[in-house]
Amino acid sequence: MGSVLWQLLRREWQLTWRRPGEVLNPLVFFAMVITLFPLAVGPEPALLQRMASGVIWVAALLATLLSLDGLFRSDFEDGSLEQWVLSPHPLTLLVLVKVLHHWLMCGVMLVLLTPVLGMMLALPWSVIPVLCATLLLGTAVLSLLGAIGAALTVGLKGGGSMLLALLILPLYIPVLILGTGAMDAALQGLPVQGYLLWLGCLAVLALSLAPLAIAAGLRIGVSE
Amino acid sequence: MSWTFFHKLGSPKWFYEISGKLMPWIAAFSLLALVVGSVWGLVFAPQDYQQGNSFRIIYIHVPAAILAQSCYMMLAVAGVVGLVWRMKLADVALQCAAPIGAWMTFVALITGSIWGKPTWGTYWEWDARLTSMLILLFLYFGIIALRMAISNRDTAAKATSVMAIVGVINIPIIKYSVDWWNTLHQPATFTITEKPAMPPEMWLPLLVMVLAFYGLFTLNLFMRMRLEILKREHKTRWVRDALENNS
Amino acid sequence: MAAEQIDIIDLACERDERELFARLDCCLQAGDVLQVAGPNGAGKTSLLRILAGLMPASAGDIHYAGRSILGGSGREFWRRHLLFLGHATAVKATLSAEENLSWLCALDQPVDREAIWDALAAVGLRGYEDVPCRQMSAGQQRRVALARLRLQTAKPVWVLDEPFTALDRAAVQVLEQQILAFARDGGIAVLTTHHSLDHLNEVRRLDLGRVC
Repeated sequence: MGSVLWQLLRREWQLTWRRPGEVLNPLVFFAMVITLFPLAVGPEPALLQRMASGVIWVAALLATLLSLDGLFRSDFEDGSLEQWVLSPHPLTLLVLVKVLHHWLMCGVMLVLLTPVLGMMLALPWSVIPVLCATLLLGTAVLSLLGAIGAALTVGLKGGGSMLLALLILPLYIPVLILGTGAMDAALQGLPVQGYLLWLGCLAVLALSLAPLAIAAGLRIGVSE
Repeated sequence: MSWTFFHKLGSPKWFYEISGKLMPWIAAFSLLALVVGSVWGLVFAPQDYQQGNSFRIIYIHVPAAILAQSCYMMLAVAGVVGLVWRMKLADVALQCAAPIGAWMTFVALITGSIWGKPTWGTYWEWDARLTSMLILLFLYFGIIALRMAISNRDTAAKATSVMAIVGVINIPIIKYSVDWWNTLHQPATFTITEKPAMPPEMWLPLLVMVLAFYGLFTLNLFMRMRLEILKREHKTRWVRDALENNS
Repeated sequence: MAAEQIDIIDLACERDERELFARLDCCLQAGDVLQVAGPNGAGKTSLLRILAGLMPASAGDIHYAGRSILGGSGREFWRRHLLFLGHATAVKATLSAEENLSWLCALDQPVDREAIWDALAAVGLRGYEDVPCRQMSAGQQRRVALARLRLQTAKPVWVLDEPFTALDRAAVQVLEQQILAFARDGGIAVLTTHHSLDHLNEVRRLDLGRVC
């Protein structure tokens, strides 16, 4: 059992490594959206600092959503998903590994980029670790929830990226509220453990329930 | 426990017959409740000492909001029944209830915002309740859009069932996070429905109106479901017989 | 390993309110090769997908070794015995032949590198082990997928959707002989193809156009 999951992670890694664009594009998108805001509202540091956490969170959310659209599509089109469904190994674990890989390639990469962008938005260094921690936990939830939508829209011809956004964005709201709430608290010098624990709770909840829904969605998509 | 009842419930023919018999009664009951509730609420109920007559919009707003939320619960229940027992009728119910739920959410939002003008002085306030309602409307849109995007009927039914279940698990989380966000960003201004002890002359008509809305909802749902069943089963013998007897 | 008996019982399939086939009964035993034939749109692929357990049937049942494959332990058992090769071959264009096979076999039972190289040599792809599949022709990609038939030897039932597509004449003959040898060893093969198998006496035919 362990070996198939390890093999899957290796396969995903090989696939990503040969198409680095799929990892880079969401990161560039993330940086570009954040760049648009100072251009739109003006570069005063006080204003930017006030908006920074919201801007970074919304950009991270959209970047994750865009990168999720193709999560299962190529595996669906070339027939790989049929083999996954027919495998004696539980589909829930296979998709969990796939989503884990997505989080490593998207969420974690966004977090690595965040300190630079936070600094450009005039965030003080003291709150950057909080921002990174919330993003790290939050993007895991975003990947898991978004994968449900990606699974449910996998069989749609002509791409379902708009539908994916429609389905999933409402579910992203709690993560957004908790993430930006933690940042507001950190900026005012208040404790943030509570927020991080809540985000952790959401991550555990998503980790335990989302794979079931993702697997169900993929089975439905394959059965068409 | 005997399962024959449950399987009968899944039979479109049985549902068509029984709903046909029930509908006149439901229609009579809900029309009566609607007339009694609205006359009582709009004419005879006393004025609110703070808001005057403008509070009377709750006789539409509150029933619509309650119905909007319970309709989403119903979608999820229908989704579970459809996925677990593969009951076709549950799919029909899910498909037919979603647009009604979306309309009720919309009505609750519009009446809430009209009510907001005299009380808050603005049509839109980022109040926790209104924001949750807006998100609920988005959830409904997602379900309806998913249903419309998938061409195969069985696949669409299963996918929307999964989405409804996922949504219903998320609704409490969304609701609490929005409430909490609201208290963070603005100290509670003026919450109306939480006012202590509404007198019976005010809440009794409200109760009647809630019952009337539920009745109308059931009536509307039955009508949509019967139409959908006729469409789906148009090839079968009983549908032809039923249509001939009608005409 | 010999295959158990497959019973297709009163099977029906509907797609978008159109009946593809109904009241289909069929019994397959170890040693059988069944060609599912019929015009386009007769439901050949649908039948294979229902048989594999990918698609629900609108009515009827399929038993393997006397147990329904549509759920429960019967389905587990069926999946351990079944090798399904779909119309889409599950070969990833960005991965090499060896990586593809290594992963597809690992989904069931991991196989070692030597076995993969041997299987690739047997399907005429010696020297292509490390070539990304996107640089191969359609026929070569099909051969990569067919190499699984030589690697997953513990599977006594093959369900193959158009396995001859894009193969050259020599490869077609090799595959035909391979399927017959597999059946003689106690396997069951169910396949669709537009390519005529009339010259092989051992092959049974199921005509879907005729059933309805």
